[in-house]
Amino acid sequence: MAELDLNNVDDMYYDVLREIGNIGAGNAATALATMLNTKVDMTVPKVALVEFSQMGETMGGEEQIMAGIYLSISGDITGSIMFLLEEKSAHELVAKLMGSSGDFVEGQPFTELEQSALSEIGNIIVGSYLNSLSMLTNLKIIESVPSLAVDMAEALLSVPAIEFGMVGDQMLLIQTSFSEDTELNGYFVLVPDLPSYTTLLKALGVMQ
Amino acid sequence: MAEMIKVGMADLKLCISPNSITTLGLGSCVGVAIRDTVNKVGGLAHVMLPDSKEIKNNSNIAKFADTGVEELVRQMEKAGGVRSRMVAKIAGGAQMFAMQQNSALVKVGDRNVAAVKKKLAELKIPIRAEDTGLNYGRTVEFYPETGDYIIKAVGKPPKKL
Repeated sequence: MAELDLNNVDDMYYDVLREIGNIGAGNAATALATMLNTKVDMTVPKVALVEFSQMGETMGGEEQIMAGIYLSISGDITGSIMFLLEEKSAHELVAKLMGSSGDFVEGQPFTELEQSALSEIGNIIVGSYLNSLSMLTNLKIIESVPSLAVDMAEALLSVPAIEFGMVGDQMLLIQTSFSEDTELNGYFVLVPDLPSYTTLLKALGVMQ
Repeated sequence: MAEMIKVGMADLKLCISPNSITTLGLGSCVGVAIRDTVNKVGGLAHVMLPDSKEIKNNSNIAKFADTGVEELVRQMEKAGGVRSRMVAKIAGGAQMFAMQQNSALVKVGDRNVAAVKKKLAELKIPIRAEDTGLNYGRTVEFYPETGDYIIKAVGKPPKKL
């Protein structure tokens, strides 16, 4: 079999990933709604392969402060996944979850308790996404314990970018917005390793 | 009018005084700033990975510590820089997440810093200052005129190297 060239994949691949993103985000929205006890809507995600040098800009600026929840996956496919949430959205979500007042001050650090809540939110959202992927592909996907960092978008993204950098010069970005009272902007960065790409594409029926 | 040149991830650019050069949000990547102390020819490389020989897809030479630093020095020499007068300052190489289990990613920040130092030593370019490691992102600005290397991080006052 010819080796997969990531810079030359079919449009159909994106359609499939977008659809998975859709279903995953739908599940995540349901989970969030249960957690927050309100109605949560989400929009159709945008899926794109983005050049490293353009990534930060795509997310609203390289220095945009974001909360990143990162975990590795194993099982039938291996790699990692990161969920990034804009700082403001992260504060709002945490305030909602903990029932505190949501007066947002830019650059204000998260308390330990808030960080742990944020980590859990990320875990649920990422878990919903991976569940959809697992169900659609019939592949076993095991996720690790999540790890949280709040920093500049570009600095957080350098971690999956480095992983992705080993196989290509672009990375896969799935943008999702959830809206509740206000809109929450989040991004998934999915980074399977190269053999897992083939596994994934085959399981999705995109590749023979 | 002096302008500030921007370098993206896995990229490198020349910068000649009075201009300055910046790269935003270095995480595990390393920002290598080099200048000729006499004619103020400078440049900045934003490298992501330590070794081009470990990776099959290595067409972007700016991505790697070994080939990136070499290419930056080559371009500086072409612009009139002289190797024996060059000095370097480096920043970045953080471990952004407490737990990164993937073997290829373990301490990639440290490995990037080590690879940059090795290449600079090979080229006989001394390192004047560094701000590396730890667990936070850094934005850097480099001024070839003075050699100032300004490091900015979230929730911390700017630092001048």
